[in-house]
Amino acid sequence: MIRFLLKGIIRDRSRSFFPGIIVSTGVFITVVMYCWVQGIFNDMFSVTARFQTGHVKVVTRAYHEEEKRLPNDLALLQSDSLSAALQQQYPQIIWKERIRFAGLLDVPDENGETRVQGPVFGMALNLLTRDAFDRKILDLEMTLTAGHMPDNTGEILITEQFAGRLNIQPGDTVTFMGMTMYGSMVMQNLRISGTVKFGISTMDRSTIIVDIETAREMLDMQNAAGEIVGFFRDFIYRNETAADLAGEFNRNYSHSGDEFAPTMLTLVDQGGLREIMSYTRTMMAVMIVIFMFILSVILWNTGLIGGIRRYREIGIRLAMGEPKDKLYFTMIGEAALIGLFGSAIGTVLGLLVAWYLQRYGVDLTGVMKNVNVLLANKLRAQITPVSYFVGFIPGMFAIILGTALSGLGIYKRSTASLFKEFEE
Amino acid sequence: MENKIVELQQVDKAYRMGRHEFLALKKVNLVIEKGEFCGLVGPSGSGKTTLLNIVGTLDTPTAGRAMVLNHGLENLTHRQAARLRSRYIGFIFQTFNLLPVYTVYENVEFPLLLLGRPEPERHKMVMEALESVHLLDKLDNRPAQLSGGESQRVAIARSIVKKPQLVLADEPTANLDAENSHHILRIMRELNSRYNITFLFSTHDEKVISYLRRKISLVDGRIVSDEHLRPEENHATASDL
Repeated sequence: MIRFLLKGIIRDRSRSFFPGIIVSTGVFITVVMYCWVQGIFNDMFSVTARFQTGHVKVVTRAYHEEEKRLPNDLALLQSDSLSAALQQQYPQIIWKERIRFAGLLDVPDENGETRVQGPVFGMALNLLTRDAFDRKILDLEMTLTAGHMPDNTGEILITEQFAGRLNIQPGDTVTFMGMTMYGSMVMQNLRISGTVKFGISTMDRSTIIVDIETAREMLDMQNAAGEIVGFFRDFIYRNETAADLAGEFNRNYSHSGDEFAPTMLTLVDQGGLREIMSYTRTMMAVMIVIFMFILSVILWNTGLIGGIRRYREIGIRLAMGEPKDKLYFTMIGEAALIGLFGSAIGTVLGLLVAWYLQRYGVDLTGVMKNVNVLLANKLRAQITPVSYFVGFIPGMFAIILGTALSGLGIYKRSTASLFKEFEE
Repeated sequence: MENKIVELQQVDKAYRMGRHEFLALKKVNLVIEKGEFCGLVGPSGSGKTTLLNIVGTLDTPTAGRAMVLNHGLENLTHRQAARLRSRYIGFIFQTFNLLPVYTVYENVEFPLLLLGRPEPERHKMVMEALESVHLLDKLDNRPAQLSGGESQRVAIARSIVKKPQLVLADEPTANLDAENSHHILRIMRELNSRYNITFLFSTHDEKVISYLRRKISLVDGRIVSDEHLRPEENHATASDL
């Protein structure tokens, strides 16, 4: 019987082809959108972790509460011993000290007078060691567009866009004006060794990258660090492990009464990422449900048209003694088979497009110009294990629901009128 | 008693048409025995198709007692009626009603698939049925590739392939020319003789009537005459053609 039904599905193209196309299209869109959202998510996590949060981060509780204003007056003291302790206690994580700061960058003319000024965001990390982890994690060699990496203290990298705006180039000297850890004013001459382009609008706008020892000297932060960031050695963020780690650390070190006690935060605890993640997942689920509903309605309609077209065939089968429920479930079985094939085709096509988007991405530099979240200008999709089956959920559900609704007509069909119907 | 295929006693069938009730069958009494070759004859609206529906378990009487193949229709569920049809009753329709996407072989095979017969047995039975309607050379043709006469012969093969006890044929010659009509009627009469299958026609075609051994005339839902005929002498069998 199954072979008999299969022959019918294959030979009667309007029974299989059009519903198949509808399912394939729906599944295709679902897979591409899912991979796209996953890619944006993954990219956002990756960029945020690399530039801002790490997979986990240790700061003082007071620093965490006022993190938006980069409060280095609330930084971690004796950071070297804390780093060493963390390295010993959690060897599965690579721990790195960082200082983030803000101020004004002054560009002098040939007479030493201010030619141009601009607000600047600074990030200090270990730059001077050639194989330094921080150089690798920010991919600094690859992002270098002119000049060279800093070789000495007092040398900095500046983003290409910022350098262009200030009309400066590698070899020029600029003056950083800001505040030390203790609140006094600092004016420090820095030499530009090279320009970089991260491809992230927020970072490219007005950033300088400074070696951490230069920053410590400049900001009077000897043996202190604004934050100690940690990365899993394989650079894959595992939320549960990170949460366990943070929970254990905070139980041991984060005393409730001491606002300067170190506290460990996971990636999703920072920058509202947990909310974004939860919101996006909810939106994704809502989108899939809406999609299933729309597909179901279309396939219901297709099923009704098919039912009209197959009206005579259904009548013959009823007359010949095929029970109504068997006929109904046979049609649902046919639909499931078409749904399976349609979903498989849609998934393959969706994965192909997702693969292309994963490999080449879509450059949205123009759109991202004024965006303030850490997101790469080139957005990419990401194929995950879920991508291989996520499309089957709306695909199968929609066609089965559509057929189940349209097929209810079988139960309303009166066998008493079959002879009359067949006279025409 | 065992020879009775159909037994109707005081059967009424009423249809509601708006506020009015239309009585399509009135106090019908009828007995059809195994192996009969009989027809319901009468003008349009006389109740032929209604009676055929009841005998074919496609409908139930409003009043009276109807026994078909030893099953009382009053207590039959839809599923039981479907099972009775799939096992013991064959149908031939005026417009052939073959399944268009399937070949001749597959169309004839379908009733056996419903019965869950194994493949070797199905093959044997389908070939035998197609051989009896002289269509072994059209096994792989689709209905669209057949003439009207050939299509009706496929429909006959489909109706008798499961060796039913009763075949119901509604105006089987209505869409055929005279030559094809005679051809399929001879085939049906031969099948009736060879397998002792009971045939019940609904017709007002004189050609069909000329082949009947029993003519049941209906007018306004009542049986007005029930005649036994002897038509064998007038017609050659299909094998003589």
